[in-house]
Parts: sequence; C-alpha cells; structure tokens
Amino acid sequence: MSIILDISKVDMVFPTPKGDFTALKGVDLQIKKGEFISLIGHSGCGKSTVLNIVACIHKATIGGVLLNNKEVTEPGPERAVVFQNHSLLPWLTAYQNIELAVKRVFKNKMSKAEMKEWIEHNLRLVHMDHAKDKRPDEISGGMKQRIGIARALAMKPEVLLMDEPFGALDALTRAHMQDSLMEIQQKLNNTVIMITHDVDEAVLLSDRIVMMTNGPAATIGEILDVNLPHPRNRLALAEDPEYNRLRSAVLTFLYEKQRKVEHISVPDTDKVKQKSSSVA
Amino acid sequence: MTALINKQKTGITPMNRNKIIMPLLLKKVQTFILPMAGICCFLLLWSLTANSIETSLGKFPGPSAVATQMVNLVNEHNTERDKEKAFYIRQDERNEARMAKDPSYQPKVRMYTGKETFLDQIVTSLITVLSGFLVAAIIAIPLGIAIGLSKNLNRAINPIIQVFKPVSPLAWLPLVTMVVSAVYVSPDPMFAKSFVNSLITVTLCSLWPMVINTSFGVVSMNQDWVNVSKVLSLPKLVHIQKIVLPASVPAIFTGMRMSLGIAWMVLIAAEMLAQNPGLGKFVWDEFQNGSSQSLSRIMTAVIVIGLIGYMLDRTMLQLQRMLSWDKSSAQL
Repeated sequence: MSIILDISKVDMVFPTPKGDFTALKGVDLQIKKGEFISLIGHSGCGKSTVLNIVACIHKATIGGVLLNNKEVTEPGPERAVVFQNHSLLPWLTAYQNIELAVKRVFKNKMSKAEMKEWIEHNLRLVHMDHAKDKRPDEISGGMKQRIGIARALAMKPEVLLMDEPFGALDALTRAHMQDSLMEIQQKLNNTVIMITHDVDEAVLLSDRIVMMTNGPAATIGEILDVNLPHPRNRLALAEDPEYNRLRSAVLTFLYEKQRKVEHISVPDTDKVKQKSSSVA
Repeated sequence: MTALINKQKTGITPMNRNKIIMPLLLKKVQTFILPMAGICCFLLLWSLTANSIETSLGKFPGPSAVATQMVNLVNEHNTERDKEKAFYIRQDERNEARMAKDPSYQPKVRMYTGKETFLDQIVTSLITVLSGFLVAAIIAIPLGIAIGLSKNLNRAINPIIQVFKPVSPLAWLPLVTMVVSAVYVSPDPMFAKSFVNSLITVTLCSLWPMVINTSFGVVSMNQDWVNVSKVLSLPKLVHIQKIVLPASVPAIFTGMRMSLGIAWMVLIAAEMLAQNPGLGKFVWDEFQNGSSQSLSRIMTAVIVIGLIGYMLDRTMLQLQRMLSWDKSSAQL
C-alpha cells in the first residue's frame, strides 16, 4: 500500500526563558493508507507535539510533514483532530457542532439535503442519533467524545488524528468506545494516528505501535507490528499468546527500557514503585 | 412569625410527612420570610430614626410619609394628564369655532407646555439610560473583541482604557455640555441637547466595563475551540462570528450588567448637575423648592431610583439566562 503520510526527520525546539528546549529530535515515520498507528510513551515525551505538528497547530523547527507527497503548512480538515477534551462548542447542539464542520468542508459539494443526510449518517455511525439536539453539557463524557469523533469523521479526513481520545473517560466507557472505534474502523478503514497511554488500547486497536523515548529530545524508540487478525475481540484476545507477547513488549519498553525516573518526595510511594517495577 | 411556624410544625403528626415537609418549609422560610423580615426590620429602624431627625424642612420622612407621597405623585400625574386633555379639547373647539366663522383661517396648533410629572421623569430617565447604554454597547463589544484578538492592539489601547475608566461622570459633564452646544447645532434638532448631553455622559462611563469584560472573554477563550477553528481553517470573519463571539457571550453579559448599573448611577448625577430632564432633575428641583413636602418626595425618588436600578439588573439577568449558553455564569 502507498504511503499517505510522511513525517520526515522532525525536530521541535521550544524557546524558553532559560534557553532552547528540544522536545523532539529526528522523529521519522511513514504511514500507509488505511493504517492505524498508536503513539505511546510516558507523559511529557512529546506525543502530542508530534500530533500537533501533523495537524499544523505547531510548526516543526526542522523537517516537515508530507501528505500525499505535498508538504502541509496550515491546519486543515483533511487532517481532522479528535481532541482529548472533546472540544465541542458548548453553545451548539451535537448536530450543529457537526454541521459547522460539514458546512465548511462540503460547502459547494453537497446540497443542503445531502449535508443533513451526511450529518445524520455520521451521528448514526457513533450511535448518537438519539441525542442530536442535545447540547454538550446535557450529555455524558463518553457521548461527547462520540460526537467529537463523528465531527472528525464527517470531514472525510485523509488522516484522522486522535489525541488521547478516551483518556478522560472511565474504564468501562473507554472499553465501550474502543469497541465502537474498531467497528467504525472496520467499515471505513481510515488512516489513523492515535495517541494513548493505555497499553491494552494500543494493542487492541493498532496495526503498528510507535513507542517514544522519554524527553527531552524524544524520538521514536521502537515500532511494534501488530499482526492480529481483524475483527478483534477483547475477551478472546485476553487468552491469545500473541496478544500477550505484544502487550508485554510494550510494557517492557515503557517500564524497563524507558523507565520514567520521577522524584517523589513521599518515601512510601517510592518503595511501592520500586517493588512494582521489579515485579514487572 | 415564629408562632406561625410552630403551629404548622405541631399540625403535622406523621414522622415521614414531617421529613418531607420540613425541608420545604425551611426553604420557604429562607427564600421568602427572611427577606421580608429584613425589610420589616429596616422599615422599623427607618421610621424610628426618621422621627428623631429634625431638619429645617421639618422631620425626616419616614415610611408612611413616603407612601403618602407615592400616591400623591401618581395623582399629580393623573391631574396633569387630565389638564393636558382638557387643553387640547379647548384648543380644538376654539379652532373649529374660528374655522366656522372664517373658512380661510389657518388653525394654530400649540403643544401643551405643562410641567413634567414624576412619572414622565421616570420615563425620560429610562429612555436616556437605555439609549446611552445601547450606544456604549455598540462601540464596546466590537472594540473589546478586536482588543481581545490582537495583543498589539491591546498594548496600544490598554493605557487609555486604564486612565479613562476611573473618571467620574461629573468631570466629563462640563466638557460634554460645551462640546455638544458647540458641535450639535441644527435648526430642527432630532434630539434635545439635554438628552444628547446625558446620553454621551452615560456612554462615556458605561463603555469601559463592557470593553474590558468583552476582551477578557475573548482572551480567556478555551484554546481547544481555537484549535477546532484552526483545523476547520475557518476564515477570519467566520471564526469571529461562529467561535469568538459566542464563546465570549457570558463575559459580555457580565460586562453589560456592570455597565448598566454604572449607567443608571451616572445618569442620575448627570441629570442633577446639568438640569437635564429626568429623575435627577426631579430630585434637584425638589431640593431647590424646599417645601415641607420636599424631603419626602426626594426620599420617594431615592427608593424609586433603587427599585428601577434593581429592575434593570434583573431584566439584564433574565436576558442573559435566555441568550447565554453558559447558565452557570447567569447567577445573581
């Protein structure tokens, strides 16, 4: 399959009052069409920065991003983003939130009726058609995130960028959302980059897991291919040796090779931490 | 009052009913009876102290004097209206009579020139304050958005705002009066000069809270919404219309409520000093008049001014509840 997105030797340097801070160093990643990539790493390692560079919310200091062999310089709906905090506009209903995006992207390409149908189609896709006239503060966190995903999908993006989409949700809702996302992915076969903290989520959803080293000057440490057949079932996979091998590979990377050394002043938690890491 | 509550308490015997009704009762006490108790205490204290203050115009007016005055003022208004009606009827009759005698006669129609009553003054004041406030809003909201969006514009304008914000309306008034009488010259003016004076003074003073709050609302806008706009690559104007303006609506309303409160205070002062028609002038005229009724009429005006100010604020709050998406910011 052809390469759709090329993140090419990206460095990111933030100027600070104490001098330059190199957040990313030589991040280089090629993504094929229809691939589902997870970016995993400890917090503060620059995963979000990578995503923001692809979305062009930040501009890379060195290097750049090619979409279909063309450099991207400005944010655009072809690289739709699902933000961590849903970021729905609270003064608009679910339907209107998606409408704002659809009107912008398909202004002269769709008739009014087609737009309505397309918005409702996307709402059905995330199982939220029953709440189309609700405002964000009237629905739960998981429902908000579903609308956020519907909004991004409604832009028909070439690459869908997801910044810890389920990070703010409770464990049960998160599992439910992951299943929904797998179901949608099965239908649409989008190209996706998803940032996550969650090892299970990464293994369950991805075709490749990109593991990042700790900052400063973070970069790609290892890339793990996930060759589990689709559709995947979380219960069946729990017993699967390949699934568990992948899972422990990610865990090993995160907790041994890139063990985050944090200075915690409370001695008790320090001990517990050491114990748990020696077990892992 | 406590006797009443006790009676109700003993009247309900089953325990479970007690549990349901007691909180309801407590709530009623808190929301209705306590404010009433406060008002009663105030009235009592007022009439006691008023009785013991002796001025050159007689005793300081107590609640009963004010209540009598209120009725008086309404009656005066009605008499004045009747007089006006009678005047026009007389005029019409006279004109018709002259027309019947001499068909070539051009009838003269003169306006009634009776004095403005208290109720007329209230209406004048309300019209003036709302016009001044409206003009201020029309200037302040776009300006606030522009300042909020551009850091450089903010740097340029901020010192001016900070200097003019604390200026009292009384300092502006002479300048406004002189400028208006120099610039606003027309043989057939659409608005009276006194109206324009008050309007500009009100505008100048109620401008700043709205500008500051609007720009604050824009600056403190959730960065996620800005990112949404970026990803959609919305054009600048659409960005302002669809994202910036709705996002800052709660802050704009906060500014508008502050401004309207200031506008009302400023207006009364401006009317007093500049002899512009309105409630302020009513107070001043009564003070100059110095009759035995003057103090109670002024006290009535004070209370009416307060009530109208309160009403304006509640109206604004109601408007905010209707129009703002952020219900939590529309609290008292």
